[in-house]
Amino acid sequence: MSFPWAEQYEPKSPFMKWLDSRLPLPRLVFNAVGPGYPVPRNLNFFYNFGVLAGFALLVQIITGIVLAMHYSAHIDTAFASIEHIMRDVNQGWLIRYLHMNGASFFFIVVYVHIFRGLYYGSYKAPREIVWMLGVVILLLMMATAFMGYVLPWGQMSFWGAQVITSLFSAIPLVGEPIRQWLVGGFAPDNATITRFFSLHYVLPFVILGVVILKVWALHIPGSTNPTGIDVKGPQDTLPFHPYFTAKDFFTLTLYLIAFVAVSFFIPNALGHPDNYIPANPLSTPEHIVPEWYLLPFYAILRAFTVDLLFVPAKLWGVIAMFASILLLLFLPWLDTSRVRSANYRPVYRIFFWLLVVDVLVLGYVGAMPAEEPYVRIGQLATMYYFAHFLIILPIVSAVEKPLPLPNSIAEAVLGKSAAQVAAAPSGGVVAQPAE
Amino acid sequence: MVRLVGMALGLVFCFVLAWAFLVPREATQPDPVKLLHREPKEVSWPHTGPFGKFDRAQLQRGFQVYKEVCSSCHGLYHVHYRDLEKIGFTPAQVKAIAAEYEVPAIDPNTGETITRPALPTDKFYRPFPNEQAARAANNNAYPPDLSLIIKARKNGESYVYSLLTGYGEEPPPGFEVPDGLNYNPYFHSVNIAMAQPLVDGQVEYADGTPATVDQMAKDVVAFLRWAAEPELEVRRRVGLASLLFLSILAVLSYLTYRRVWADVKP
Repeated sequence: MSFPWAEQYEPKSPFMKWLDSRLPLPRLVFNAVGPGYPVPRNLNFFYNFGVLAGFALLVQIITGIVLAMHYSAHIDTAFASIEHIMRDVNQGWLIRYLHMNGASFFFIVVYVHIFRGLYYGSYKAPREIVWMLGVVILLLMMATAFMGYVLPWGQMSFWGAQVITSLFSAIPLVGEPIRQWLVGGFAPDNATITRFFSLHYVLPFVILGVVILKVWALHIPGSTNPTGIDVKGPQDTLPFHPYFTAKDFFTLTLYLIAFVAVSFFIPNALGHPDNYIPANPLSTPEHIVPEWYLLPFYAILRAFTVDLLFVPAKLWGVIAMFASILLLLFLPWLDTSRVRSANYRPVYRIFFWLLVVDVLVLGYVGAMPAEEPYVRIGQLATMYYFAHFLIILPIVSAVEKPLPLPNSIAEAVLGKSAAQVAAAPSGGVVAQPAE
Repeated sequence: MVRLVGMALGLVFCFVLAWAFLVPREATQPDPVKLLHREPKEVSWPHTGPFGKFDRAQLQRGFQVYKEVCSSCHGLYHVHYRDLEKIGFTPAQVKAIAAEYEVPAIDPNTGETITRPALPTDKFYRPFPNEQAARAANNNAYPPDLSLIIKARKNGESYVYSLLTGYGEEPPPGFEVPDGLNYNPYFHSVNIAMAQPLVDGQVEYADGTPATVDQMAKDVVAFLRWAAEPELEVRRRVGLASLLFLSILAVLSYLTYRRVWADVKP
């Protein structure tokens, strides 16, 4: 694992030596996030979002465990038990608002993390599995967040559950039985809330497991970096501790400031007021919208408005919505350019920023009612989304002429002459390529 | 292979979307109700803004309006009488307020269903035993619970204030208000089942504040904001302290980061 010049763990005290030969946990930490893990020295602040996402997951797990102590998963008591938490449990409002807004912040950092990966080509060899595990985490997060939103049993909980589970009824022949099997009845009811609570509790631990696999897979080649070129020698890296622990801690404080500002001063700004109305199966809200982080996918679902090629519009929408996420699994093979970083890919860079704008437009359209001009804007934006990944990306990576790459990370950071000086004092060790 | 399948799939999606884009749309008539509907008025309270605090006297006046006007139809499902101590009532006053209401109970000796005076630990008295009774008494309309109304409506406070003060306008000629409903342009369908609840001088404030419709609406909205978010003041206080702490921590951690990296950057 890692690079040959990585610092080796040396237990100092007799106790640590004793422990190291029996349970080498300190060694594991040393090599994973300590001085034993060399990291490219030129990582910018966008590379801190992975650590922030891990922190956000832990916040969700801890606050969630506490909430589960006071929550009652029953259609007759769920709504009142949330109000009990907000009013009568000591600091219950704090725990719940942190959990509620923590989900939004988790998605914010994960989306920045994903777009950082897209910009710097983090999905390319040899990191395909790191990327694919990330897509699995995204899917698990969406499922977990959706089921969590159902638990307060407000109006949006109920009608969101109704809309999302009815997507499965679009599958030909077996769709309706599958929907009833998932929901546990003909409509969301007590059977739904109990199973969603059970899954909402367990899935975060599954996410944690996939995160561990992802970090493990990441540590084989190490992080990418803004130049996209491979680490060539010790002059290109710095040990994770203290350099990146210090940097991550600083970004963590900035993240916490934003998180606290929203959770304490505008805690309901990212939610929907209808979810403070108890669920009523007889009264449909005027506009049913999912949580903001699912809006782009909701826009894709609704962009398909005509039956065509013997496939009903609803089924087109469902296929496209799932395809829009699953296609990310194939991204390492859709993009064949050997240059990773968009800094050296002038054509790809333009399309990357178009994609960023496109996803924001999709999110906006997802929040709007299904009427003109929003439907047509959503259809154009959905077209670009699929064209970007499935058509433009393979063509651009085949025809694009990338800019010249620097010879090494150290050269990119320090300039040519300084890089040679920096390489020289490393004890005359000949820098070995990582692969 | 992946790229060929992907490209084919991409072309199919784009074709279907382009078709859907080009399909002519049916001309839609603008909804007449939408043209009459109005956005809520802009109002502010002493507790508006990140540093605002509730005015205890206003909350007590608002409680009086709720008790004497709203509570004949609307419940406050999630609030207990004991909570009133937080808006400045003494424990004895709270006990007296609670005792004005009779709540269902079980006789401990006979097991029969009886009623007893409410205690501070009881939740607020509900004007109707269930939804059916409420609808039967209100021309089939269901007066919603008010304990979360400010959080359960877009622009919560401004909306409720506008609704309470939005009566009295004549609907435009040609617009029929159905029987049993009342015209109020701030309600989403502009026809609301609730009749105008507030008229000037409807309550008599103990502190001598003139009981105009505007004043009573402001007071009761402030009270309802408190009922929806009783933690508001402590939340802002803790939030401010947390931000202060985190700002100092951010500065220190930035200095640490610069110190650690001092020997690295050229």
